[in-house]
Parts: sequence; C-alpha cells; structure tokens
Amino acid sequence: MDVIIESLPQYWDGFLRTLFLAVVSGIIALVVGTLLAAARVSPVTALRGFSMAYVEVVRNTPLTIAFFFAAVVLPRLGVTFQQFEIAAIIALSAYTSAFIAEAVRSGVNSVPVGQAEAARSIGMKFSQVLSLIILPQALRTVIPPMINILIALVKNSSVAGAFYVLELFGYGKQLANEHGDAVMWVLVGVAFFYLLITVPLGYVAHQVERKVAIAR
Amino acid sequence: MTTQVPGNALVSLNAVNKHYGQLHVLKDINLHVRKGEVVVVIGPSGSGKSTLCRAINRLETIDDGDISIDGKMLPEEGKELASLRADVGMVFQSFNLFAHKTILENVTLGPIKVKGVAKAEADKEAMALLERVGVGHQAPKLPAQLSGGQQQRVAIARALAMKPKVMLFDEPTSALDPEMINEVLDVMIQLAKEGMTMIVVTHEMGFARKAADRVVFMADGQIVEDATPEEFFNNPKSSRAKDFLSKLLTH
Repeated sequence: MDVIIESLPQYWDGFLRTLFLAVVSGIIALVVGTLLAAARVSPVTALRGFSMAYVEVVRNTPLTIAFFFAAVVLPRLGVTFQQFEIAAIIALSAYTSAFIAEAVRSGVNSVPVGQAEAARSIGMKFSQVLSLIILPQALRTVIPPMINILIALVKNSSVAGAFYVLELFGYGKQLANEHGDAVMWVLVGVAFFYLLITVPLGYVAHQVERKVAIAR
Repeated sequence: MTTQVPGNALVSLNAVNKHYGQLHVLKDINLHVRKGEVVVVIGPSGSGKSTLCRAINRLETIDDGDISIDGKMLPEEGKELASLRADVGMVFQSFNLFAHKTILENVTLGPIKVKGVAKAEADKEAMALLERVGVGHQAPKLPAQLSGGQQQRVAIARALAMKPKVMLFDEPTSALDPEMINEVLDVMIQLAKEGMTMIVVTHEMGFARKAADRVVFMADGQIVEDATPEEFFNNPKSSRAKDFLSKLLTH
C-alpha cells in the first residue's frame, strides 16, 4: 500500500490529466453528438446521410482505430500536434459523439409528434422547433444513457495511456514497471482514482435526472 | 368543375385531393371561408375532416389542388410556410402544450421567438389572454398540473397570442371528460361572437347549432353538404347526412 502514498504526486497528475481528457472530450462529444442527431432528423437529405454514415462507421469500429487515425494518419495528412493529448481528445470525442448522437436521436423519437406540430403551427422554423421544443425535452429523457456513455468515455480515455499520454493509466503502467513487487497495489490506486471520477458522475446524473424530469 | 370563388374568401381550397396510399382521403374539396365566418365540419370518423383541417396549415401535404389563405397560396416548406402558419391558429385534439414550459411560457413563446415581441409585453398580453380563457391563476404551473379542459383553454390562448387571421380547431373536445367540454366550448362560442374566423372539426352538434354560420358535412373524403345549421339539422338533403343525423339522435 505504501506505493500509493509514495506515488501520490504521480497519481494526482494522472488523475488531473484523465479528468481533463474526459471533460474536454465529453463537452465536444455532447455538442457534436447533438448536432449529428439534429442532422439525422433534419429535412436535408445530405445531412441525414452524412450523420447516418458517420454514426454507423464510428460506432462499429474499435476505439483504438480512432486513436491510430488521430495519432498516425492525421499527421501524415498534414495535421500535426505539439502534444499527443490533442490527438487523444480528437479520437475520444469523435468516437463518443457517435454514441451521444444515437442516444439523443432515441430521445428525439420519444418526444410526441404533437409537440413538433404545435410548434410548427405557431410559425416556428425547423431550427426553432428543434432547439426550443424537441431537444430540451429529448435531452432530459436521455440523461441515464448519456451518463453511461460519459462513464465509458472516462474509462476509454485510458487508451490514451498507450499513446504516450501520461494520464492515470499511463502513470499506472510506469509505476507498475518501477514497483514490480507491488503491481497489485499500483493497480488498486489507479482503479481508485477512476472511481473518484465515475462514481460521483453517476450520482450527479441521478440528481439531475430527478430535477429535470418532465411530467406528461 | 364549377367553383364559386368569393373575392373576399379568407381561406380557399380549390379542387384539393389527397391520398394515403390507396385510400383517397380528400376528394376534390372546394371550400371557401369568408372573414368572420364560423364553419363547423362534421361527419363520421374516417371521413377526412381532420385531414382537411390539418391540410389548411400544411401539417398534411396535399397531392393536387390549391389552398390559399388571405389571398396567399400556401408555400411549400421553409420560412414562408412558417410565417404563414403564424397567421393560422391551430388547436389540437390532444392539446399539445409544450410539456417542459410553464403555462405562461407556452403562450409567450410564439410571440417572443416568432414575432420578436419584447418579453415584458408578451407576458402582459399572455396574462390577459389567460385571464380571458379563465386560467390566469395557473400561469406559473406546468401543463401536466392542469386538467384537460384547462390545458385546452391554454392551447386556445397560445394560438390567439399570435393574433391569427383564422383559427383551426381539430376535434378540440374529443379528448376531454364530459364535464370539461363546456368550459372549452364556452371559450370558443365567445371567440365566435367576437368575430374570429373559425374552422371547427367537431362532434359537438350543440356547438354547431349555436355558433356556426355554416355546417359542412363530410363523408368518404367528400363534402356532401354545405348549409346553414338550421337547414342542415332540420332538412338534410343527402341520404348520407340523414343517416348520420339519425344515428346521433336515437340516443
């Protein structure tokens, strides 16, 4: 157990980097995913097609492919990064947004069609119907699946450790090498710090869900 | 096809046809509603009267024919259609109040977001409308906290807030408990007296007798009779209408 106490500075540094990756990628994924879902229900055929193709491809391929793409393929196409963290954020948000898009779309489908008809009948444009009436109701109903996706994102960020980003898992690898006799405790420490993010996330989600629930 | 097109028709439907697959739901519909006129559309279920009502603000598309409102042809989609819809109030069978907005917000949302009215002014006008339909004290509540009759009166206020040229009612009392029907009909009768142009799809024959200038009877997607309420109820011409009325009156 001493190894955890001794290595607290590394753990803390890794924890903050994991948190940073998850928060930034999470915010980008929420925005992009919601836009993808909006495109999926839009009257413009090209937007619907693009959204569907994106979600199908990204959702059905492994996260590591997204990482290799961001870290290896993008630089060859001329997109270079000073830090691997940027590549990690691109990969994580691109991957997660596909799942967010599907969750939001299921929420949109759960809003009764009469809500959109009423909004259109008072003269709202498609963008207003979506942003003022449909999405606010849809997002509230998809908080539980959305939180699952965000929890998965926190854990998925560990793949960045394999791409030279010193987040929790990256430090975990390093510490395990240095303390070959205490690998178990090193991993317990890593797990603890992941739980420090994911458990409160679940709790906050529960509170938010109760607060914004809409009665019909 | 002979169509008498009154120059002052506010709502005009000319030779309108619509199919749902094989089913011909609207057959060559011609209907002209003058400003200030109250037209009640009745008929057996499946006769196409709701489809007719929803076609007027293009919630249902039509296959051919044309529909114009205040001389303007109904646009296809997009901005122009949205601005035309702002002039046509619609009240639905299932109320369709915005579930995540308060009663007051339900009424002010259209004026603020569509017409660009300042919030303070929109609030003031909305409160006056809510008072007028008798639910002023419910303003801060959410729709689910109100009874069906109250919700439907809010829905009428929401439509009126846009200062529409014409109001469409699609079976406004069909989803209500019997004791709540009158509170909604009273608001509608008041509206009719104030000179609002109204097209009302309903099964409430009492309302048709009391408030209608014209009764349009539909069956199998066609307008079978178009007459004053006295004429229609006392002396229906078609056998289809006679049959329909006899079924109503036997109970």
